[in-house]
Amino acid sequence: MQQYFYDLVDYVSSGLKGGEVLLASFSGEESDFVRLNRSAVRQAGSVAQRYVTLELIGGQRHVKATAGLSGDAATDRPRLDALVADARERLPFVPPDPYLLYSTDVRSGERVGGNTLPAPDATLDAILAAGKGRDLVGILAQGAVCAGFANSLGQRNWFRTSSFHFDWSFYHDGDAEGPKAVKSSYAGFAWDDAAFRRKVDAAAAQLEILSRPARTVPPGNYRVYLAPAALAEILDLLAWGGFGLKAHRTKDTSLLRMIEGGQQLSPAVTIRENTRDGIAPNFQPQGYIRPDAVTLIEGGRYRDCLVSPRSARQYGAEPNGASESESPDSFDMDGGEVPSAEVLQRLGTGVCINHLWYLNYSDRPACRITGMTRFATFWVDGGRIAAPLDVMRFDETVYRVLGSNLQGLTRERDFIPNAHTYGGRSTESARVPGALVENFAFTL
Amino acid sequence: MLKTIESSFREVLPRAAFCSLRFVREEDELLGVRQDVPQPAHRAEDAGAMITVIKDGGLGYAATGDLTASGLKAAVEQATAWAARTAGRGVVDFSKVVFPEPVAEYEGPEEIPWESVPLPEKLDLLAAECGRLKRDGGRVRERIVDWSSMLWRSRVETLYLTSGGGRVHQRLSYLAPDLRVTANEKAITQHRTLGGRGYCRQGGMEVVDQVGFREAAPRIGDEAEELLSAPNCPSGAMDLLLAPDQMILQIHESIGHPLELDRILGDERNYAGTSFVRPEMFGTYRYGSELLNIVYDPSRPGQFASFGYDDDGLKAKKTFLIEKGILKRGLGGLVSQARSGIGGVANSRACSWNRPPIDRMANLNLEPGSSTFAGMVASIRRGVYMKTNCSWSIDDSRNKFQFGCEWGQLIEDGKLTTVVRNPNYRGISATFWRSLRMAGDEATLEVLGTPNCGKGEPNQTVRVGHASPACVFSNVDVFGGE
Repeated sequence: MQQYFYDLVDYVSSGLKGGEVLLASFSGEESDFVRLNRSAVRQAGSVAQRYVTLELIGGQRHVKATAGLSGDAATDRPRLDALVADARERLPFVPPDPYLLYSTDVRSGERVGGNTLPAPDATLDAILAAGKGRDLVGILAQGAVCAGFANSLGQRNWFRTSSFHFDWSFYHDGDAEGPKAVKSSYAGFAWDDAAFRRKVDAAAAQLEILSRPARTVPPGNYRVYLAPAALAEILDLLAWGGFGLKAHRTKDTSLLRMIEGGQQLSPAVTIRENTRDGIAPNFQPQGYIRPDAVTLIEGGRYRDCLVSPRSARQYGAEPNGASESESPDSFDMDGGEVPSAEVLQRLGTGVCINHLWYLNYSDRPACRITGMTRFATFWVDGGRIAAPLDVMRFDETVYRVLGSNLQGLTRERDFIPNAHTYGGRSTESARVPGALVENFAFTL
Repeated sequence: MLKTIESSFREVLPRAAFCSLRFVREEDELLGVRQDVPQPAHRAEDAGAMITVIKDGGLGYAATGDLTASGLKAAVEQATAWAARTAGRGVVDFSKVVFPEPVAEYEGPEEIPWESVPLPEKLDLLAAECGRLKRDGGRVRERIVDWSSMLWRSRVETLYLTSGGGRVHQRLSYLAPDLRVTANEKAITQHRTLGGRGYCRQGGMEVVDQVGFREAAPRIGDEAEELLSAPNCPSGAMDLLLAPDQMILQIHESIGHPLELDRILGDERNYAGTSFVRPEMFGTYRYGSELLNIVYDPSRPGQFASFGYDDDGLKAKKTFLIEKGILKRGLGGLVSQARSGIGGVANSRACSWNRPPIDRMANLNLEPGSSTFAGMVASIRRGVYMKTNCSWSIDDSRNKFQFGCEWGQLIEDGKLTTVVRNPNYRGISATFWRSLRMAGDEATLEVLGTPNCGKGEPNQTVRVGHASPACVFSNVDVFGGE
């Protein structure tokens, strides 16, 4: 597909007229999806999709056009001809764009992973075997994901990964008091039956604890441990406008009080966009190459923003490889001093929260967040898990959770690839520690 | 193109109990102006097909953008292989689900085609309304720090073919206009929008005037600045008057999703969640007060998720799901109905050709009551009027919720008084609708929707529609910001 994309861009570029510049981005995948419920298959199939976005630039005017590709040149070339003709026809009718900026520094490169994926039959057999006698629900997604950039200046970039991601839960069958489940996932590039079985066994062990009578606690403030997956949910919400230059300059960032109100997080908190150690492409649609890392928060203080080319031009900054959304693709939060093995002991009495769910801002300028506990949340007594806890709603500011009330971060961190498949399979990820927090407010 | 696809499909039909092809072609265009500068104009077109095969009780699918005869043949082979691979391992014996094979045409409204309005005219409209968010005649709203206008247009054509001769061809046009401002003063930032993008409809450029796009900008700009100096919403249990552009979120999250049969069956437990509604509740459960009447209505012309047939070929028609507060039916298509034995509707829908259909909402509406807006305000001794959703969160059983709005106004002794910022409220779905004390009349009803309802594994985002009057709820837990 790499050469196919490059050939299409060469073909379109050869028809450009005086002074026109072409930017082209590609995204595509060939994926197998198996959806399961109650350890049986709900839906299974394959999806092959390919999209190209062309940006036609004439002076300071530009228009964009996206088209699905068939992979058949006899079909796709005329389609792109029509797309470019339409874009060219529209170009005189759009005003010059003062914020147009694209890279003219030709920096080609590629990051191509091998394909060591098993046949879907083998994976499916292993999954159904793990679900035997249990209530397993989830999704297997596997196959190749590609992204590309090319322009009429000669730059060529390609990214390809062949990976699998099995995201699943075990439910315990006595859920009359409400659903209780253990969530897990197994992702990678080569399926290892032994590694998968270890994940299954660990989840099954937690499932045993879920069968104990659940405990209900009243709203109030509790000492909690946020496991890495739970903390990753908080970071994921912060990514929604928290770190972009546009949000920063329009005072829309949820971290506004770090800029205008003198607020800080704990000195233990350092957060980066770490492209080098992530699994996402290192290029963006205007041809800029992402640096290895951009430090967003350092020692609890706001440091750098993610800057798209458009924001760079508007606000007089340098672009740093961000795409239009200016949100991180590869979160990386520093670990702390607490050994993970000592987390429950350090927690003492309180709540161990393995996952959070459905987070949103309840007061965005104050960075106050509400959300729910979900999947294997436990009451801990004397450093030992005592009982599963019914779901609770929290409402807290990040300035307390990662600031005044933060007791410590775990030394070890989890690497959490994003399981989302909206539009296509995500290549986002987070590398996050767990957090011990006191006075965490449950409200409902 | 459709004829070619149809003849190719008929040629490559496998030996199977059932096979279908669902072709989708979508054209989108996004035009916007931000801070008086037109944003890059973006057009998109996408076309592809999903082949579904049922064989030996297994069901498999294959989706491809290659619509040549060889591309469809390869997809049929892949789907057949998946059906074989999963036969006897499925949640149901799919050969026992009887899929209809209708022959029909359906076309949604479009009075003023998008293309009939030249690009410069549309950009002029967007520039004018964008400018009026920031400036009112000679007065500049100094504290508005970001302002934008947008038109998002889509046209979707689908062709559904079945091995038994079924053929459903549907064409739908959509327009989602939006206006939004950000106001700031030091550490306070507030937003106002055109109904949180809820003013989306089926149709062409006539939607611009249907939803008041040309009149809204000055009010939105003024209200955003007014919120900066407003006090925080007070806390306490009080009456709550919700405008339609918040009611749609309340209906969506705490009625629509809990009634989806695939949630009740457990399909969504690993992602979007389950439901507090259990199968035995249908027919007897008191979901809300006598004033609560909820309909699934894909027949309302111009509403955002109207259609003739769902993606499994089932004919769509208006159906009561909750009548006088009693739960009657679920939101589930053919497969979920067969699995659960619970009555459903034609709501098996996919976001595009590359995702399989699942149970979705379509148009889910709250029928108007008899109370005037003035009468509802007059009936409240102490309460808050909230407009335009800006925050939403609910548990995985769709029970414990917390929602926030852009705009609040106190109601004291039957009168609207002080504007308040950061209004939020929380409750529990299973009991909240029983506190519905007044349902507004037809004059308070608005036809709205959302372009972004997410669900499913693999994930899908679909358009849904909601129409609702303003409503009053008693004794709700209300609170403000920090």
